[in-house]
Amino acid sequence: MALVETAEGGLQPDVLAGTVSRKRRRARRWTFLGVLPFFAFITLFLLIPTGKIVLDTFETATGGFTLSNVDAIFHAPYPSAFEFSIELSALSALWGGILGFLVANAVLHHGIPRWVRPAYLSFSGMAANFAGVPLAFAFTATLGSLGVVTVLLKHLGINIYPTFSLQGLLGASLVYLFFQFPLMILLMVPVIEGLRKEWREAASNLGAGSFGFWRHIGLPVITPSLLGLMVLLFGNAFSAYATAYALGISNLPTIQIGQFVNGNNGYDPQDAYALAFGMIVVIVITIIIYSLLQRRTSRWLK
Amino acid sequence: MAQVSTASAAPASHRLRRARSRVPLWHVLWLVLAAIFFLLPIYSVVRFSLEGILPGQGIFHWYQTVFDDPNFRSSFWLSVQISLETVAVSLVLMVPTVFWIHLRLPRLRPVMDLITILPFVVPPIVLIVGLAPYIEKFSWLAVRPEVLAFIYVVFALPFLYRALDGGLRAIDLKTLVEAAESLGSSIPGTLFRVILPNLRAAIIGGSLLTVAICMGEYTVASLLGFFTFPNYTYEIGTSTAYEGVALTFISFILVWAMMLALYLLGRGGRAAAGVAIRE
Repeated sequence: MALVETAEGGLQPDVLAGTVSRKRRRARRWTFLGVLPFFAFITLFLLIPTGKIVLDTFETATGGFTLSNVDAIFHAPYPSAFEFSIELSALSALWGGILGFLVANAVLHHGIPRWVRPAYLSFSGMAANFAGVPLAFAFTATLGSLGVVTVLLKHLGINIYPTFSLQGLLGASLVYLFFQFPLMILLMVPVIEGLRKEWREAASNLGAGSFGFWRHIGLPVITPSLLGLMVLLFGNAFSAYATAYALGISNLPTIQIGQFVNGNNGYDPQDAYALAFGMIVVIVITIIIYSLLQRRTSRWLK
Repeated sequence: MAQVSTASAAPASHRLRRARSRVPLWHVLWLVLAAIFFLLPIYSVVRFSLEGILPGQGIFHWYQTVFDDPNFRSSFWLSVQISLETVAVSLVLMVPTVFWIHLRLPRLRPVMDLITILPFVVPPIVLIVGLAPYIEKFSWLAVRPEVLAFIYVVFALPFLYRALDGGLRAIDLKTLVEAAESLGSSIPGTLFRVILPNLRAAIIGGSLLTVAICMGEYTVASLLGFFTFPNYTYEIGTSTAYEGVALTFISFILVWAMMLALYLLGRGGRAAAGVAIRE
């Protein structure tokens, strides 16, 4: 499969074996040359920078080994930033995951008018990509202290301020929901489509309604991938920077790292490395959980 | 997809068909709730951007002032330039690589799957902490906006790779290449004249997503000090909220247009339309 010409060469009489193997070796060398630029690029722009963070976290200014940088993550204000970030990411992943699942399921229902599916799916593609500064401004115009909805509610006698704020856990998770929710819809649609139609029909023939089907068959089969995708959403929110920055949230590791890189904190590279390392640890744990859940999923779904 | 499911439902019994065509109320409820949640911020943006206007000024006053601002044009142009550079670098790097892997090194495909997931899981802010010391070391590099294009190539990698991988899976690559070779075409000639036309939808789809990522990227651009369109939006928004919200609506239209184009591309494009940025 890999080397078309040399595979044919292998069928030649033994006399030619010497030249063939030499040819094959040369061919293989050239074959790998073809992907060299890509791997060089990835090494330069992705592997070296990420690796450098891990190494520098354990290095003193003079080059010795140290654990004191890691220790820095456990002193104020960093633990509360990690805590808030994890809470915010988990909340937005939970909301986004559940709502995304419900809407994906509704969109795929047979009785729904035909225009609904493309309308919701293409809009989801848009909303999942609409993040960062404009998203933060959009919600400021909606639910900020002078936002359109805030003012409307005030006219109706409901004053959401000062209890509510876009920088708090509830407000910020609502903003994040605007990209988490559609992302979940897009990721969930193929999973629900993967549920075998025969199961649905079999359940229906045995007298199960939609609720019975989901309770006894659909949910048990889908739960690992549902959780897996929520873990993915968690990671997605955990690494968000621009949206939080434009909203004016400062109590997040990403924002604190940004202040170091910006030079606003007098750029102590050691603390920035330690924070970045802390983020890598959280992300790695996320990936491990995701891949474990993914492995369970592949047993049942196509 | 819709046709397939209705076709298979047709031979089913009457009772079954009636049960299926009735949409449960809670499905409608979730769809309506989702629509409200998505449309409310967009409605608010439009309303907000038309407010705060003095008598004598047109209703699109804030859009007008933004369009008249030379900084709008320069930052927008910078973002467009960086986007095009990113697309060019990504395609030159990725198309031959993915083609070659499909043709000669299929064993590398799991490795590629893993590597192209990495940019999706490594947060941009973490990547920039690792890259900043290198970029600062080369001062001539640090002031060139092209450096952003090279970093954005990394961000676009998962999406472009998936688009190209899907595109190449859909064609009978080996037969095409063998046919071209037997007609005397070289490998590069085959790539340009035979494979590229077959990958058109995947390439356009992947490129559109890349542009969408680049046009909206704030984190790296701001930390490296480049005044791109999202940076301009942020600066304006912190001084004049109305203008910032007008720019928000412009960004929204921009992303929407690109996603619409992706959708109109049909299957090939839609397959590429995974999802994108964490900002």
